[in-house]
Amino acid sequence: MLTDSYNPLEGKMLSILDKDGKIINKDLVPDISDDELVHMYKTMLLTRILDIKSLQYQRQGRMLTYAPNQGQEATQVGSIAASEKKDWLVPAFRELGAWLYKGVTIEQIFLYWYGNELGSKFPEDVNMLPICVPIASQLPHAVGIGMASNIKGEDVVTIAYVGDGGTSQGEFSEAVNFAGVFNTPTVFIISNNQYAISVPREAQTKAKTLAQKAIAFEIPGIQVDGNDILAVYAAAKEAVDRARNGGGPTLIECVTYRLGPHTTSDDPTIYREDSEVEHWKEKDPITRFKNYLIKKKLWNEEMDEKQKEEYNTLVNNNFKKVEESGLVPLEDIFKYNYEEMPENLEIQYRDYVKYLREEVK
Amino acid sequence: MALLNNISAITEALDQEMGRDNTVVVYGEDVGFEGGVFRATVGLQKKYGKDRCFDTPLAEAAIIGSAVGMAVNGMKPVVEIQFSGFVLPGLNQIIGHVARYRNRSRGRYNLPMVIRMPYGGGVRALEHHSESLEDIFAQTPGLKVVIPSTPYDTKGLLLAAIRDPDPVIFLEPKRIYRAFKQEVPKEDYVLPIGKAKLVNEGSDITVVAWGALVREVQNALKDLKDEGISVELIDLRTISPIDRDTIIKSVQKTGRFLVVHEAYKSFGPGAELISIVNEGAFLYLEAPPTRLTGFDVTIPLPKGEHHFIIKPKQISDKIREIVSF
Repeated sequence: MLTDSYNPLEGKMLSILDKDGKIINKDLVPDISDDELVHMYKTMLLTRILDIKSLQYQRQGRMLTYAPNQGQEATQVGSIAASEKKDWLVPAFRELGAWLYKGVTIEQIFLYWYGNELGSKFPEDVNMLPICVPIASQLPHAVGIGMASNIKGEDVVTIAYVGDGGTSQGEFSEAVNFAGVFNTPTVFIISNNQYAISVPREAQTKAKTLAQKAIAFEIPGIQVDGNDILAVYAAAKEAVDRARNGGGPTLIECVTYRLGPHTTSDDPTIYREDSEVEHWKEKDPITRFKNYLIKKKLWNEEMDEKQKEEYNTLVNNNFKKVEESGLVPLEDIFKYNYEEMPENLEIQYRDYVKYLREEVK
Repeated sequence: MALLNNISAITEALDQEMGRDNTVVVYGEDVGFEGGVFRATVGLQKKYGKDRCFDTPLAEAAIIGSAVGMAVNGMKPVVEIQFSGFVLPGLNQIIGHVARYRNRSRGRYNLPMVIRMPYGGGVRALEHHSESLEDIFAQTPGLKVVIPSTPYDTKGLLLAAIRDPDPVIFLEPKRIYRAFKQEVPKEDYVLPIGKAKLVNEGSDITVVAWGALVREVQNALKDLKDEGISVELIDLRTISPIDRDTIIKSVQKTGRFLVVHEAYKSFGPGAELISIVNEGAFLYLEAPPTRLTGFDVTIPLPKGEHHFIIKPKQISDKIREIVSF
């Protein structure tokens, strides 16, 4: 078990690929088909391009607030790739690569950031909860899904995401504790990107690692190089298999870095040095994985350029479609709060419609 | 028919619904083995097993938050918060998620769940055991708030709450948990959520109350009857959504209005009800619509609580005042 050989209290962190894409831990390379490796890489690439384009749209005044993902693509894609279609994804708000891998469409992602609730209505066959803004409050939902899985006797696993700041919330501890007590099939992924807006990881907790928080709840915990997609996948796969076989929850801390701002409203130059960002750029998860695939002869620079171009067009087309999608119909604001609109809402809706009609006259 | 009090009516409703629908699960602090500190869930774990009725760690946010996940994944959780004063750590879940999930997901995720909690004062309890917080929930879009006042209503409304596709906050007036018994049908029945009950027909004034206060108003009516004051008493039963029509029609008939509640006065449910009366029956009013409520002070501990709790004489005095306006 990786969680046995990598005890977070001993300062051990799982890594398989070095920063140049060379294998440093041959025995631990996970068994992933060539097609799947390429699919994972392409999802990371699409994530990066969607991210860069979104920042551009935002600066052009065509997009509202956006939370970028650059630097965290391996954590996002590596973790969800270890799960199956029937499994659940419980997001925080910065897991774009995982959402795309899960089957959320580019159009929906733009609808969400564009300020339309339809962006959170995922297709029936995508087992994913809506993006969750209040930090760590999504984790009890993940545990509840798992409690229901246990009662129903279904072999479905839930992958739940939280950031480093989220581990300070009460609901983080409550959820991990519930998961332990009820032995739920839950894999908690901590995307430790070193900052909760401006507050550095060191200011969140005296604990040397976030993975060691698992120990108090008597569940397996492991720290992995979050920019190494093979390490993330290996740890997540072991946790998913354990969960599916009735072995209960696992806490995985992925050590990564947010290369961009917290959101488009944030200026990270206030709270961190450029040299620190440069240092992490050298560990870019996409370059690393690309080099690995090139060495394996599964990918080359020419394919890379072609793919980027294709994704640029795809992203642009989807964004244009969303830009032209217009405003939310008035009725929709009222009709989804309850299964049936109660009388007080009916009156408010009717009065406002009447006002609008008279205003036009 | 069986003679039940409010607590045994809850147990019977949960029992029958768990028997009828195996997606109903009941859990919370002390709910499983012990059957709850008020014994509302007594016997359910033994009958339906530890999967369907169980104890949780002591964490209100996770109790409510896990119920969200349960409901998403096909169950109908009925969770218990031991006292409404302890729900506060769970408000992040209730206001932030439970109330919003349907709208946020544009109808993909309904949350058919019930959060039960004993509420209200008058039982000489410790701090945080006597609050009336119905206004917080009623003010939050996406929630339904139900408060029963009799064993018959408790059973019918709890069954309706569990079957409701929307999340329901089910507030139980603990002062009358065991205050009286009533014949309650053995069979399954539901009472409509969102409909008030006409308890007493009258012509001089409309009085609206709910929960433990319904009985206090009834006690007040005895004196007034002899004085020839005819009171129309309405038990609201659902705080949100409010049954506007029943109230407006009644005030159009009586021309006078009093609402009695234990929740704090300012920004409380009484203010909402008076607005409804003003909107729907303004030209029929013969006296200012009035509220008799808890003071805007932290609810006192037992040695001062008697000043805060509304007594029948206060109610009858207030009614006389309004009728002779």
